[in-house]
Amino acid sequence: MRLLLVWLGFCLSPVSWALPVLQVAEVAPGVFVHISAHHWPDRENHGEIANIGFIVGDSCVAVIDSGGSPQQGMALRRAVKKVTAKPVCYVINTHVHPDHIYGNSAFKAPGVRFVGHHKLARAMATRGPHYLSKADELLDIRVGPDNIIPPDLQVKESMTLNLGNRELQLTAHPSAHTDNDLSVYDKNTDTLWLADLLFLEHIPVIDGSIRGWLKELERLEKNQYKLVIPGHGRLVRDWPAGLQAHKAYLEQLAAEIRIMLKQGKTLEYAVDHVGLSARQLWRLFEEFHRKNVTIAFAELEWED
Amino acid sequence: MKMLRKFAFLIALLPLAALAEDDDSTWNNVLKSQFFAGKTIAESNEVIELDAPYRAEDPAIVPVKVISKIPQGKDKYIKKIWVLVDKNPFPFVGEFEFFPESGKADLAMRVRVNTYSNIRAIAETNDGQLTMSKKFVKASGGCSAPVGADLDEAMKRLGKVKFRLDEGLKSGQPTEAQLMISHPNLTGMQMDQMTRYVRKSHFIDQLKVSFNNKPVLKAKIDIAISADPNFRFYFVPDQPGELKAEFSDISCESPTSRKVCDKGASYSQQYAVSP
Repeated sequence: MRLLLVWLGFCLSPVSWALPVLQVAEVAPGVFVHISAHHWPDRENHGEIANIGFIVGDSCVAVIDSGGSPQQGMALRRAVKKVTAKPVCYVINTHVHPDHIYGNSAFKAPGVRFVGHHKLARAMATRGPHYLSKADELLDIRVGPDNIIPPDLQVKESMTLNLGNRELQLTAHPSAHTDNDLSVYDKNTDTLWLADLLFLEHIPVIDGSIRGWLKELERLEKNQYKLVIPGHGRLVRDWPAGLQAHKAYLEQLAAEIRIMLKQGKTLEYAVDHVGLSARQLWRLFEEFHRKNVTIAFAELEWED
Repeated sequence: MKMLRKFAFLIALLPLAALAEDDDSTWNNVLKSQFFAGKTIAESNEVIELDAPYRAEDPAIVPVKVISKIPQGKDKYIKKIWVLVDKNPFPFVGEFEFFPESGKADLAMRVRVNTYSNIRAIAETNDGQLTMSKKFVKASGGCSAPVGADLDEAMKRLGKVKFRLDEGLKSGQPTEAQLMISHPNLTGMQMDQMTRYVRKSHFIDQLKVSFNNKPVLKAKIDIAISADPNFRFYFVPDQPGELKAEFSDISCESPTSRKVCDKGASYSQQYAVSP
């Protein structure tokens, strides 16, 4: 019902006629999420493919991931305005991937702090030029160095942000999905915003460490959460059941690659043979699976 | 409207796609004269053939392989192979020297491919003839970047070396060896004006592999080699002995110039072989 009201609110508001307002749902009191469909980032969707949103406290708002394009960032900012008159005080980037950070520029204003893992700025520096050089051709969006805003608040291990009677606990994770993953826990609603540390339906994408990721999932699996928000896929209200498919995929990959390494198989062989039985279980399997095998193989071959 | 947009988009894309598929402009205008001024190069797969995946699944780790079509005889052999990625900011991947003692001038490695590009390998036989084989590779795009996923992990292991002889030892016959070197091979492509990160590259530039002190592979390589450089090549284990890898790294001020560089460390690793 609340969801319907929020949605209606957007449709009826005069602003929405003029400029697009991102559709968000209030999934827990004060927690708003835009759930995205699963697509390969392209010129049609402009890379607007991730779950993004915000959390509203008594004094201000924390945006969690700003979107895949400057336009989506603007639409998210309008969504915040529709819901509350409170100002945005934090923009939290959960990691470096473009679908989570290209909306940052929409929120740049005095009093807004950008928050990220302590390795996020470095990842932006090393990957930024490549991402920017591809954005026009692959995503049909216009971005430059101003659209990549490094964090001015860096999380080394953990940090607590207060939005006014609402504490967010940020955790900087060891290398997993990327080497700069940050999660956000909202105490008030027992909600864990895992972002791309968790995938549902959309095949998990490894861009950090398969071993590190499995370790983090095993650790998180032991905790209880009322709600977990993945970076791609549906909301999880049955934790830890909702994480099992993701974990099983990584375990299968690791197990099969280790066997091939023992047999002296090459990377090229592994890419063509590992994990193919998981094909039916995931969306975008063809787009990401071989990359996952490549990156996992290059890591696991250094195990002793 | 949506249809129309889609249609217009397809039309707009057509010339781009046609251009990308067989674009030799960088080679014709820059690389050929830069590396082979005044030389004639035959284009065929009769001396070597380059193999690479049509799509670079991970632009940071693209496995490519040069397959030799002639044996490494005493009288005729492949002396040198250059590998270039046309559209990389620094196209030079490496030049690799082979010897009759190599047994076979095959070479597999992993490279960085920044964008849609031709990859080419040019072989020089000991009689001075040049032959080129090329392959077009589609970049993968998306969230990947040609840097490496976990540079700290590679840095922690820096200098660690592994040899693998996965095909077994064939006494007196060309035998494939794999050399794995842990090194982040930093490209130095950084946006330092924003985040103040150092823009220096740091990569392995010289590599020599010998068997019983006779060279089987000598290479001059650069940042297009993936993090944790990995090479598969041949040698002939005709008697018990030692495979030895010696390499050194370097750090350069600019990602695309090698004019100002500081020599780094030297490394050496042996591996006992008993056929």
